[in-house]
Amino acid sequence: MSFEPKIVGFLCNWCTYAGADLAGTSRLQYPPNMRPIRVMCSGAVDSVYILRALLEGADGVFIGGCHPGDCHYVSGNYKTRRRMVLFNSIMRALGLDEGRVLLRWISAAEGKKFADTVTEMTERLRQLGPSPFRKLWEV
Amino acid sequence: MKRRIGVFVCHCGINIAGVVKVPELVERAKNIPGVVTALDYVYCCSDPGQRLIRETIQKERLEGIVVACCSPNLHEATFRKAAAEAGLNPYLCEIANIREQCSWVTSDRDAATEKAEGIVRTMVAKVSHDQPLVRLGVPIVKRALVVGAGIAGIQAALDIANAGYEVVLVEKEPSIGGHMAQLSETFPTLDCSQCILTPKTVEAGRHPKIRLLTYSEVAEVSGFVGNFRVKIRQKPRYVDLDACTGCGICLEKCPVRVESVFDRNLTRRRAIYRLFPQAVPNKVVIDAQHCRQLQGKKCGVCAKVCPAQAIRYDDQERIVEEEVGAIVLATGYELFDSRRLGAYGLGVVPDVIDSLAFERILSASGPFAGEVRRPSDGRVPKRVVFVQCAGSRDSNQGVPYCSKICCMYTAKHALLYRHRVHDGEAVVCYIDVRTPGKGFEEFYRRATDEGVQYLRGKVSKIFRRGDRVVVWAADTLAGKKLEIEADMVVLASAVVPNPDGVALARRLKIPVDGWGFLSEAHPKLRPVETLTAGFFLCGCGQGPKDIPETVAQASGAAAKVLAMFGQSELYHEPVTAVVDEEICVGCGNCERTCAYEAVRVDPHRGKAVVQAVMCEGCGACSVACPAGAINLKNFTKQSLTEMVDV
Repeated sequence: MSFEPKIVGFLCNWCTYAGADLAGTSRLQYPPNMRPIRVMCSGAVDSVYILRALLEGADGVFIGGCHPGDCHYVSGNYKTRRRMVLFNSIMRALGLDEGRVLLRWISAAEGKKFADTVTEMTERLRQLGPSPFRKLWEV
Repeated sequence: MKRRIGVFVCHCGINIAGVVKVPELVERAKNIPGVVTALDYVYCCSDPGQRLIRETIQKERLEGIVVACCSPNLHEATFRKAAAEAGLNPYLCEIANIREQCSWVTSDRDAATEKAEGIVRTMVAKVSHDQPLVRLGVPIVKRALVVGAGIAGIQAALDIANAGYEVVLVEKEPSIGGHMAQLSETFPTLDCSQCILTPKTVEAGRHPKIRLLTYSEVAEVSGFVGNFRVKIRQKPRYVDLDACTGCGICLEKCPVRVESVFDRNLTRRRAIYRLFPQAVPNKVVIDAQHCRQLQGKKCGVCAKVCPAQAIRYDDQERIVEEEVGAIVLATGYELFDSRRLGAYGLGVVPDVIDSLAFERILSASGPFAGEVRRPSDGRVPKRVVFVQCAGSRDSNQGVPYCSKICCMYTAKHALLYRHRVHDGEAVVCYIDVRTPGKGFEEFYRRATDEGVQYLRGKVSKIFRRGDRVVVWAADTLAGKKLEIEADMVVLASAVVPNPDGVALARRLKIPVDGWGFLSEAHPKLRPVETLTAGFFLCGCGQGPKDIPETVAQASGAAAKVLAMFGQSELYHEPVTAVVDEEICVGCGNCERTCAYEAVRVDPHRGKAVVQAVMCEGCGACSVACPAGAINLKNFTKQSLTEMVDV
């Protein structure tokens, strides 16, 4: 059987979660690989959760927030953006491909962008293969 | 934590059950640790569905439930209410969204069932950590602030005041009425704008419940819904409002003449002025930039002639502080500066004017007392070209959206011009004529029936030849290029949000769209609220619209304010941050991170303290805390790591 990546998605309640709902309302089809977790704000996604997901068998982590300037909580998404720059350097230090953790701004009106993003990320992870952490665990 | 959890899987007819294998999902759910019962029902949101949930909660003594159904944005409130009726704290009911984010986006039945199980597991993990929460009661200051006193703000203020609540109405201009005071007649009925507006302005000006602050701007808003503190900057007027009787002697004697912005620079006013004769309040104001006395030169004429001795050259800016519970933003519009469309010659070619300038020309109180004359030489124009979409529907040089009102006011302009100049020729160059409104199509028909010529095609260039204005256009229906020699050209400039309103919205952190129009909380279902609790919106600041729509929206916003004032207290969502004082070291990271100033480090105890009613529940502080001492209720670190794990 071909490899199917597991993705954990953190969707901000106000924009990306609503965007994901819109993808559903519009009946856009996308791969079922992502398990969505609703959070109030992308700025509340602690790096610990991302690492935890990767350590517990996820092949990728997605974080969706409001577009810059549109954060429901004024500036939460800017905090996320700064944190992700730091997190990427941790990813490099751990030898993980940066493509495994993706931050995207998806508004409540962008159902198509949400579906496309999940499709794109799933494709990319299929190419990257299972998370090296997962192999470590198997050993 | 061991907790008795029940899972309810909704079929949603075939919306979920047509893709997700519901019986299999129910069996799998029963195996999730903590789940003591799992049931399915065809429509959980129906009355029998809710009864099943209530009865199961009581029979199985459930301590938490997960309803696997549609998006929480739809039925979370329904099921939480059902849980509460069965004696379960509503915050111990969670929704697993297996419709919008699973069955509707997946075609493979096995994969959808697998994904649905994952989503249910995630929510079971969440509910096993959820704490019972109680909504917080917040007292309401039952006074409203209305920003902007155009027809939108006036209507909202009157509706709120007539219901018996006090209103502070703030207007940046010296008198109220907004753009509607500049208009001549209104489409499609041709009511005189001033005649229908002035009863409203007079009522607002005299209303015992309305505190009118003209020539004033909102400087600062602090606090939260129900309890805002507002600082309003009153610009120096140099005239004592109580003493001035509005007699107008100073207006005749002032030696300085400047172009009148109210008349779109078609006339000149004095340095001491009022916008128009029926101004409310009917008090003059000194334009400090142009007043000789205030510029340090020798004058003082107005002070000498004023019989009421109302002139105050030493007037100072004042800050007025008000406490209000709700704020209505009615910040209005401005016309797109069509000088930016260089090919249209506004500001360069004489007798090319924009639509508000033509309104002033048509107005009985305008520069030619209602006669249609050219601004350059005062002659009666025999041919006028009306150019539609001057900036609208033009993503290159203007704005991409349709300004909505121009088709109708252009038909009105052309018609009124023909009424005043019987042998005049009115030509309208348009892209599309849009008439979706009551009586609009009939009004447009009336214009064409009464001899207004409509040419379909965009105008490419407007320039001067002799004392005439030449318009190059296309007639796309006849398939030919046109050159029209006219005496005057009127540009239907796009409607853009008032820049001061945009700046205010940015300061108050109220979301605006890419063009600066205020964003409503939901484009269809919450059209007069903003996403910030306590802020409401109406009028053209939200988007281009005509007078009846503006008035309707203003009354809608007022109704929302009144619905809020009708409650004894407000309820604040209890999903707020909470500090574990055992762990907190008082470093202050949370305080610096909070966008709402809801968390402060107590300087005496060295511990962070959350002001729950100000906390909006974003959770940013919980990430910033190096010790992990601050958590968002029901989104704790423990809860989320377990949600990730499943």
